[in-house]
Formats: sequence, structure tokens, C-alpha cells
Amino acid sequence: MSSLRSPLGRARGWGSTGEGSHHWWVMRLSSVAMVPLMLWLMFSLAALAGADHATVTAWLAFPLNTALMILAVATLFFHANMGLQVIIEDYVHHAGLKFATLIAVKFALILLAVTGIVAIFRIAFGS
Amino acid sequence: MAQFVLPIQSRVKEGMTFKAEGASSENIKRFKIYRWNPETEDNPRIDTYEVDMDSCGPMVLDALIKIKEEIDPTLAFRRSCREGICGSCAMNIDGTNTLACTKPIAEIKGDVRIYPLPHMEVVKDLIPEMTHFYAQYASIKPWLQTETPAPPDRERLQSKEDRLKLDGLYECILCACCSTSCPSYWWNGDRYLGPATLLQAYRWIADSRDEATGERLDELDDAFKVFRCHTIMNCTRTCPKGLNPGLAIAEIKKQLVLRK
Repeated sequence: MSSLRSPLGRARGWGSTGEGSHHWWVMRLSSVAMVPLMLWLMFSLAALAGADHATVTAWLAFPLNTALMILAVATLFFHANMGLQVIIEDYVHHAGLKFATLIAVKFALILLAVTGIVAIFRIAFGS
Repeated sequence: MAQFVLPIQSRVKEGMTFKAEGASSENIKRFKIYRWNPETEDNPRIDTYEVDMDSCGPMVLDALIKIKEEIDPTLAFRRSCREGICGSCAMNIDGTNTLACTKPIAEIKGDVRIYPLPHMEVVKDLIPEMTHFYAQYASIKPWLQTETPAPPDRERLQSKEDRLKLDGLYECILCACCSTSCPSYWWNGDRYLGPATLLQAYRWIADSRDEATGERLDELDDAFKVFRCHTIMNCTRTCPKGLNPGLAIAEIKKQLVLRK
């Protein structure tokens, strides 16, 4: 920290990005969206307990179930990305390491989300 | 990264014990106080002072003044008003940030442990370095901003309802108990404004006479300035004035979203 910079200059720093509230609001929206999605998923899986493979794939191939499952996976990983970003910003203070971690986490979560959605499509379209 | 152990030169050692010699009573209370002197190479230490409560005032600050006057004049701490309105004697007493002048000794079971405000640089003993904290307060422009000139013959008017919105905000004395109790302020205090400054920022956002509400909100809309707050609520639990900085921060977040 440069000791000759004025305290006010240091406190103002980079100023405001104008983006903080967007991230916060979208994270809350996605958590609200996940309440019905996760309830639906839990009750559906409980109802399918003990069912054979054909029954479960047929259930997932039903259009509404396919759509809800894709939404559940997408929302879950979208929300996880935002949450992990907050944790990394809180605790990783080395600028380079912070950016590297943020990018690595984002890419990994996108890969997982797309893989999950592709798997759902393959079951839905029976390949 | 967050550090989990103190550097070797910062580890707190056992210090001296000052016995209450010739005390007239059995009514002795032990004060274990953090000491650090920048003019020596020594580690910080905990000195123990035995104080005769029969000849001591009721508050922790009374005991500190008695120790400085009668036992150890080298003990350094800030104090001024001794009635909870200046905020100078904010320190960590019995594990909680509070004002020494309004904290009754009788409320503390066993020894009284006193440390400076947590995670601040220490100037000496119980005196923390407050420059950055005050600069952050200055950065939110804590004054009435208007373009409309004030009426020439009277003050700017405010309805009683609008004035009521400042209750719970104007009482803040900037003692920094809340900000220095907040883990988010510990880890990111260089950029996160902290509960005290944010409560003050909201005090001007909530003021019906102020004409810079939009600019104030623009300045705050930042992942670090405001949104490091994760509603841990240590601020509200520790505030010696009984205020709710957590609620003020929630109001800022709400207004930032409502104006979208």
C-alpha cells in the first residue's frame, strides 16, 4: 500500500462498479426459483423410488419433466457459480490467483451444467 | 489469502501482574489488558491488574482510569466524554466490542479481559489506528447535498414522518464497534465500507431534504463497497447504542434493487 497516498484517495480506491446490486439480485432470484424446482425434484425422485430403468427414463422423457429438469440443472449451476464467486472474492486476496480461480470455477461449472443438460436430452430423445 | 495464525512478532504473551497491595477489602477484580508498545521490539503481552472495587467507579472506563492514575501510568487508551456519546473508548471487553464508559464491571463474570478493537492496526495498547475508517466515512460525503438553495428566512423543512425515518440512524457515534466486529470488514476492510459507514450512508439516503440520493446509491452499487455484507449481524449484536446497522444495509440493498 503506497503510504504517500491520502487516506481519502485510498478509501475511494477504484470507485463503484455499478454492478454489485445486479449480482446480488440475480442470486436471490435464482435461489427463489430453486425452491419449487428442488421440491419438484425431491418429490418426483421419492415417487420414483424402486422404479425400474425404463420407468424412470420414460418419466424424464415426458416434456414437462424434461423442461423442469433442464431448468433445475441450469439454475443450480448458475446459482453455484454466483455463490462460489462471492466466496472467492471474500477470501482470495491475491489479484492474479483470484481471477484464475474465478475463471476456473466458472468453466468447470459450465462444463458440468452442459454435460447434465446433454444427458437429459439424450434420455428425452431416447438415444 | 486469509491468515489463520498470527505472525510470530504479533503473538500475545503473558505479561506482568500488578497485585493490589494493602487493599482494604476482599473486593478485588482482576483486569487482564492487552499491552503493546511500538517503541520496543517486544511482543504484545497481557498485563494483569488487581483493582480494589471498593474505591473504583462502576464502569470499565472508571477502572482503566484508576489503573492509569494509581497503578501504571504507561497504560494507553482513548477516552473523552465518559457517557457514551463520543465513541472514543470503544474496545473489546469480555469478548465483545463496546464502550468502556457504558459497560458496567458488574456485568462481567470473572476476570475482565480488555483488548483493542479487533483486526485494526494498533498504535499503542488499546488505541487502534482509525485513519482508514474515518476516510471511508468521509468518502460517502456525510453532509446534506442540495442544489435548491435553502429558504433565506428559515431552515429546510422536513415533515415529522420524514424526520422519524432518521431515528435509529442519527444516534450513531462512529465508535467503530460494529465495523470491527464484522468478519467481512476484517477480510476486506480495504474496500468494503463496513456497517458504521454504511449506516451513515443510509442516514443521508433516508434524509428527505437531501437531493443527491441517486448519486449516493450509484456510489454504493458495488460488489465490494456494500455487497461484502452477508448479513452476519455481528454489527447489530455489538452496537453499544442499540442501533441496527444490518437493517440500514438491507435498506440500501433494497433501494438499489427497487430503483432498477
